[in-house]
Amino acid sequence: MNKRFTMHIDVDAFLPATDEEKAYMVQMRPSSTFFRDGVKRLLKNKVATVSLIIILIITLSSLIIPAFWPYSYESMLGVRPGKSVDASFNNLSPFEYGETEQARIAAGETVFPHIFGTDSSGRDYFIRVIYGTRISLAVGFFASLIVLIIGMTIGSIAGYCGGKVDLIIMRFVDMIYSLPDMLMVILLATVLKQTLAPVLEGTSLARIGVNIISLFVVFGVLYWVSMSRLIRGQILSLREQEYVLAAKAAGAKGGWIIRKHLLPNCISVVVISTALQIPSAIFTESFLSFVGLGVNAPMPSLGSLASDALNGLSSYPYRMVIPAVVISLIVLSLNLFGDGLRDAFDPKLRT
Amino acid sequence: MSSFDRNDRPLVDVRHLKQYFNITVGPLRTKALKAVDDVSFSIRSGETLGLVGESGCGKTTVGRSILHLYQPTGGEVEFEGRLIKTKSDINELRKKATMVFQDPYSSLNPRMTVSDIIGEPLDIHKMYANKAERMERILELMDRVGLNSEHASRYAHEFSGGQRQRIGIARALALRPEFIVCDEPVSALDVSIQAQVINMFVELQEQMGLTYLFIAHDILVVRHISDRIAVMYLGKMVELADASVIYDQPLHPYTRSLMSAVPQPDPKVARANKRIVLSGDIPSPLNAPSGCPFRTRCPHAAPCCAEAMPEFKEVESGHFVACHRVNEL
Ligand SMILES: Nc1ncnc2c1ncn2[C@@H]1O[C@H](COP(=O)(O)OP(=O)(O)OP(=O)(O)O)[C@@H](O)[C@H]1O
Ligand code: SF4
Ligand SMILES: [Mg+2]
Repeated sequence: MNKRFTMHIDVDAFLPATDEEKAYMVQMRPSSTFFRDGVKRLLKNKVATVSLIIILIITLSSLIIPAFWPYSYESMLGVRPGKSVDASFNNLSPFEYGETEQARIAAGETVFPHIFGTDSSGRDYFIRVIYGTRISLAVGFFASLIVLIIGMTIGSIAGYCGGKVDLIIMRFVDMIYSLPDMLMVILLATVLKQTLAPVLEGTSLARIGVNIISLFVVFGVLYWVSMSRLIRGQILSLREQEYVLAAKAAGAKGGWIIRKHLLPNCISVVVISTALQIPSAIFTESFLSFVGLGVNAPMPSLGSLASDALNGLSSYPYRMVIPAVVISLIVLSLNLFGDGLRDAFDPKLRT
Repeated sequence: MSSFDRNDRPLVDVRHLKQYFNITVGPLRTKALKAVDDVSFSIRSGETLGLVGESGCGKTTVGRSILHLYQPTGGEVEFEGRLIKTKSDINELRKKATMVFQDPYSSLNPRMTVSDIIGEPLDIHKMYANKAERMERILELMDRVGLNSEHASRYAHEFSGGQRQRIGIARALALRPEFIVCDEPVSALDVSIQAQVINMFVELQEQMGLTYLFIAHDILVVRHISDRIAVMYLGKMVELADASVIYDQPLHPYTRSLMSAVPQPDPKVARANKRIVLSGDIPSPLNAPSGCPFRTRCPHAAPCCAEAMPEFKEVESGHFVACHRVNEL
């Protein structure tokens, strides 16, 4: 009944720890940075990964293909010096050939096919789409960069200075915010097109085209506001962190604090919203090109290609469908990728 | 308490310091929140002045205003006998006076490595000739506060609260300051770690001849480290005296209530001392009571207390009290 209380001590359990065991005990968890964690989360997200792959394929092909494609976006295949225009090259259907090309094929030569046919001026449509994609992507990218730079500068000044400076800047932002943006875009683009043309005459900027420059100006003037609001909000909350005060106590000036503490801590928000800005810029560019305010002919953009296709819509519907599909693909995958980026790096931002 | 050679020249002299914040109280209306209202004291070179008071009474604000992290609304601060007025005075002050912060989490930038955090003051003032010298200084500082030098390239979030506070202390020491405001440096830490960190403060003071303004809301924490103790209530200083005097013969009713709440090791003394329990809450600094700020909770409040703010005067040598009825109690 009454069991005696005994103790068995396993002496082996009390051996001193080996050096290896000690090292194991003091080891901290592997140093994992915020960035690496984010990338891991991003790669787990299938939709975002597929979108990224699509974006990469589109971007790379728009950069590489024009380099070796046998046709160029501006050469009209039917026009040859000294001879009359060969109209058989105009409006070819996909994989059809012009008369001289048919003759060469009959003679046993291989001729590179016109995958999407040609347009009404006899230009290879495939390369025009590729080149248009390149222009649209470049416009989207640089426009977002402009928005980023202006928005970041003004937003961080407003957030950091606070008080009256903030009040004035933010009322100005509200003003721009309340303008109907498409109307402003069209108005500005029209006015700028006329005022900028003589200014740019002869400079290297003229080659890019007055329309694209005015497009960038429009973006710079109108679309920085939401970026600056976002950054101001971030800075405003980061400013209250004690590490900012610690830097100030160590003698740091405003510029140092913004550069070393505030911006690095809102960088993920900035990257994400820039990524989401690109598709909206591409969309606006396409829209402007479509209504005739975009890039200069013969330079194509996806929007101007779609706009040109309007003329022959009933006979050649694919000329409208192809650029429209590419625009949709780019905008959709950039948006989905931006969403993935946001979820991976800044779950707080999810709305 | 430091064995550092002391003289009586004040290192820091604070006179009639005022710090008001404008608070928005409704559309287009602001009101002044008197976080610190007319506080005067001085700190001698090499000593530790403890600053205690309930949460929200303005301790942190006093520390930050002295360092001019906030531009004081009124009053003046003298450091080493020089009045801090211009921007260049403040720049000079930054090299000699610094702060250890209350929150070991928000006081370290999560995107910076330990070596960059500790090296930041050196970077700001370009206090090194080359990278190697910088790293040498950083490792020396890490060693001084008991951090493993192998962790220099890690991020702050990988450390425990106590280790983080050590990083904050190493950063404060980087410019070899003379004066450090320690803003509740241990209140966010486990009790077991508090003692370690406080002992480290004492050691550093002995080694480097530092002067501290040591803030705490718990009078027990400052007792061991302080030479003198100041007590604040609602933005005002109510009592200031040697630590032992505050401990054994507090005069102000508020200090007495604080002291009566301190656990007594001797049961006889404990039984003899009745605990003074304060009724009511600390009023908001936005609408502080007229006259003596403590009168809404003071067991000895008399009609005269509502009329005028009691003067902060020296009742015995080195013992300052702000109470109308100090002689009757
Ligand atoms: N930057 C600021 N703007 C507005 N009000 C402030 C600011 N800093 C402090 N206050 C207010 O001033 C008062 C005193 O705050 P302070 O942080 O100095 O108190 P504390 O004694 O340090 O308290 P705790 O023990 O909680 O740290 C509080 O009412 C606080 O709300
Ligand atoms: S002045 Fe009056 S209310 Fe204030 S502490 Fe003294 S007795 Fe109390
Ligand atoms: Mg505080």
